[in-house]
Amino acid sequence: MDMKQHCVKLSVQPSRGLVDEKFTVLVQNLLPGFQLTFHALHQCEDGHSWEAFAHYTADTTGTVNVSQDPSLDGTYSGVEPMGLLWSLRPVPGSKSGLRMRKKNVQTPMVVTISVYQGHQMEGFLDRVLLASVVVERWYMAPGVRRVPITDGKLTATLFLPSGPGPFPGLLDLWGNGGKLVEYRAALLASHGIASMALDYLTPQITKETGKIVDNDYFETAYRVLEQHPQILGSRIAMLGLSFGTSVTLRMAVYSQVVKLSCAVCISGSHVQPIGGSVEEILAYFKKNADKTRFDENKQVIWRDLLLPIPTDPSLKVDMGRLQCPLMLVVGEDDQNWPSYESAMDMKEMMERAGNSHLLTVLSYKNAGHLIEPPFMPFARASTFKTVTNPPTKVMALWGGELVAHSRAQEDAWRKTLVFLRENLYGSMKHGA
Amino acid sequence: MSHTGPPVVSVHPSRAMVDEAFKVQVENLPPGSPVTLHSLHQSEDKDYWEAFGHYVSDHRGTVSVADDLSCGGTYTGKEAMGLLWSMRPVPGSREGLRLRKLNVCIPQLVNISVYSGHVGGGFREQDPLASALTERWYMAPGVRRIDIKEKGVRGTLFIPHGPGPFPGLLDMWGGGGGLLEYRAALLASHGYASMALEYFNPAEVNTAELELNYFETAFNIVRDHPQVMSDRVGLFGLSLGSIVSISLAALSSVVKPCCCVCISGNHTHARGGTIGGVFNEFFKNLHKVRMDENKYEIWRGMGLPIPDDISQKVDVGKISCPILLVNGDDDQNWPTVECAEDMAQMMRAAGNEHLLTRLEYPDAGHLIEPPYSPHFRATKFIKDGQKVILLWGGTTKPHSDAQEDSWKKILAFLQQNMYSSSGPRAKL
Repeated sequence: MDMKQHCVKLSVQPSRGLVDEKFTVLVQNLLPGFQLTFHALHQCEDGHSWEAFAHYTADTTGTVNVSQDPSLDGTYSGVEPMGLLWSLRPVPGSKSGLRMRKKNVQTPMVVTISVYQGHQMEGFLDRVLLASVVVERWYMAPGVRRVPITDGKLTATLFLPSGPGPFPGLLDLWGNGGKLVEYRAALLASHGIASMALDYLTPQITKETGKIVDNDYFETAYRVLEQHPQILGSRIAMLGLSFGTSVTLRMAVYSQVVKLSCAVCISGSHVQPIGGSVEEILAYFKKNADKTRFDENKQVIWRDLLLPIPTDPSLKVDMGRLQCPLMLVVGEDDQNWPSYESAMDMKEMMERAGNSHLLTVLSYKNAGHLIEPPFMPFARASTFKTVTNPPTKVMALWGGELVAHSRAQEDAWRKTLVFLRENLYGSMKHGA
Repeated sequence: MSHTGPPVVSVHPSRAMVDEAFKVQVENLPPGSPVTLHSLHQSEDKDYWEAFGHYVSDHRGTVSVADDLSCGGTYTGKEAMGLLWSMRPVPGSREGLRLRKLNVCIPQLVNISVYSGHVGGGFREQDPLASALTERWYMAPGVRRIDIKEKGVRGTLFIPHGPGPFPGLLDMWGGGGGLLEYRAALLASHGYASMALEYFNPAEVNTAELELNYFETAFNIVRDHPQVMSDRVGLFGLSLGSIVSISLAALSSVVKPCCCVCISGNHTHARGGTIGGVFNEFFKNLHKVRMDENKYEIWRGMGLPIPDDISQKVDVGKISCPILLVNGDDDQNWPTVECAEDMAQMMRAAGNEHLLTRLEYPDAGHLIEPPYSPHFRATKFIKDGQKVILLWGGTTKPHSDAQEDSWKKILAFLQQNMYSSSGPRAKL
C-alpha cells in the first residue's frame, strides 16, 4: 500500500546527544501494518560512508518506536534502541579493515536517519524516501574545555569539565597504535572527570630523539594533573586499554610518585618484565613474535605472544602489592591479547596476597579486544599500523561478535562510570 | 578523615531544543544541606538574566529540580523548568528588557550553578560549588535557513531536513517590527517549512503602507517553494501578525490558508487595507491609553468597547479554514479575550463557528511565547518614533503555564490540520 509521503513524521530525541546517551527513534502517522526500513548513514572524517538498516512493521496505531519494537531483519534484529548506531558498517565497496575513530572531538558525529517505504536490503538511493532527520552525537558536553598540554615535554590533551572545579583527574592511555587519541578523555570530562589523553608511543619527544619514553614520562603526566589548580590532587585515576593496561598496572604498583584513587584496565595484561623500561617491555613482546598466528583470512592473531601466563614472578606485575581499587574489563574472544587469562591470573595473585577485595573483573563472552565507549561501530578486525621502526601494516584480528561486543561496550562503560564516580567522587578510602 | 568529593551539577539533556524539558540534578552534596540552584544567561544584547530556587538536599545528598520543591527564589514549588521561565534581568539592569534570540544558528547558553545556602542575590560575587553549561537551540540539526528577498518580500525561510514536501507556514510577529526568526526556526524543527516575514519597521514610514497583497505575495512564496505542499500552507501570527492572519483568512481572494494560529490578536479592520490603517484605527482612541504606577502604557482601553459597526471589524464569518485563537485574560495591551468572544458570535451567526477553537489563559498577558521563555510583563516599544514601555500584563507563573500549555496545543492543532492524512479538521 502506498503511503502519502507528507504524512510521515520521524523524530529522534535527543537530536543532539552525547555519544554514550541513548536516543528514541519514533515514526508516526503510518498506516497500520505498514512495512518500512530505517536507514542510518554516516560519513566519517576519513570520508568513508557507514550505514545500518533495519526492517520494521508499524503497529495498529501506525507507529514504530525503535526502543520498543523489534527489528525483523537488517544489520541488527530484535528490540535494539541503539542498533542503528552500533551496527553501522562500511557501505558495500568500501576499503577493507576500516575502523571508526573520531579525531576532532570539538565537532559532533553527524548521522542521517531516514525512513524508506518497504523492506529494503540495499539500493536505498532509488527507493521511496519518506522522511529523514539529522542527529548529532557529541564527545564533548557544553562547557567542557579542551587544553593542549606541552609542559614537561608531554604530548597530551587535557579535558576539563564544565564549571569552576576542582575536579577529580584521570590519565587516559590507549594502546600500541600510538598517536594522541582524545575521544574517550573528552567523554570522561563530560562526566565530570578532568581527563588527560596522553600520547606515549609517538609523542613529539620520541619523534625528536628517537627514544621511547619511560616511567618518568608518566610520572610527569601524573604530576601535571596533581598540580593543576582545577584538579583535586588526591583524587586521580588511570584508565588504560591494551598496552595502556601494562603501563597503568606498572605505575599503580611500582611508582613512588603515582598515587591512584583507582584504576581501570581494559583488554590488557600484567605480563611484562618488571624493573625494565617501557622499551624493554616492547622488546619482550617482540621476542615472542614467532607465536603470531593467522586466521583463514590472513588476519593477525597476537594473543599467544604472552601465553602461557608465566609463573616467573619477574615477568608479571606483582598484583599483591596493589593498594587501590582496580576494575578489569576483558572480552573472552580477545584475539589480540590474552586478557581473560591474564585477568584470571591477576585474580589468583590477589587472592593469595589478600587484596582481592580491591578487584572487580568484568568478563564478556564473545566480546573482543576493542572495548570502547558504547554505541560505536564494531570492528572484528581492522588495519593496524605498528609504531615500530619501520612501521608495518597488518590486518589485526580483534575478535568478538557484533551483538555480544556491542552489549559488552554498553555494560562495561556504564559500570566503568559508576566505578570511577564511586572512587573519585565518593568517600575517600586509603589502601587495603 | 573520610569525606566526599565535590558536588556535581548535571543537566539532561545538555543540548536541547528550547521547547524541550530538561532535568537538573545536583549530586554528592552533604545530606540535608540548603543550597541554591541558579541559572545565568547573557543575552545577545549583553544583558544578564537569572533565576534561582532554594532547595534542601535529601539523605543521599541529591537535589532533583524535577522532583523536589523550591521553597524560595524566583519560583517556588515543584518546577522542573523554573530555572528558565522565571528568569528576569539581574538587579541593576536597564528597564523594559525583552529576551529575543536573533542568531538562531547558534544556541542560547545557560549556566546552571549550585551555591551553598539559601542565597537571594549577589551570585556573581561568589563562587558556586559546581556548575554545568547547557545549550538551548531554536534550530534542529539539518534545518536549512534561507534568506528571502524576492518580489519585494523580505523574510527568512526555514526548511526541515528531509525529502519533503512539507506543510508550510507564514510566521508573523507584531507591531514591534523587524525580522524575528526564532519561532519560524522552531516550527521548522517540528516539520513545518516556515517563513518569518519582515513587514513592519517602526522606523520606516513606508512599511505602514503595506497592503494585503504584500502578505499574499509572501504566502505564495512559501506555497510555491518546491519543498512545500501547496495545499497545506497556514498562517501563524502574534498580535499585529494575528490581525494580518485573520484579515487574510477572511478577506483574501488570492490565498487560501490551510489553518491559522492567532496569538493575542483581534479582528480590527483597516480602512484602506494597510498596516498603517490598522494603527490609525487603534490610535483613534489614543485618549483611552492609561498609565500604571510605573508610567507603563496600558493600551487595552483603546479596543473597548468592541465596535458594533461591522465595517470596523474583519468579517470573520468569511473564514473557511480552522482557526485557533490563543489569548491571556490579563492582556493589558488589547482586550483580546473580548475580541475572541465577539469573533465567536460573528462566526456563530455566519454558521462557521465550528472552525473556531479558543484557548484562554487566566492571568496570562499579551506576549505568549514558546515555552520556558521568560515572562515579559512590560517592555520597551517604539511608538511614533518614541521609546515607551508598554504593559503586556500577566503574572509570571500562570503566564509561563500558558506558554507551555498553548504551545503543546498549537503543535497538536498544526499536526492535525497539516500532517494528518485525513485532512484538515476543525476542532482539536
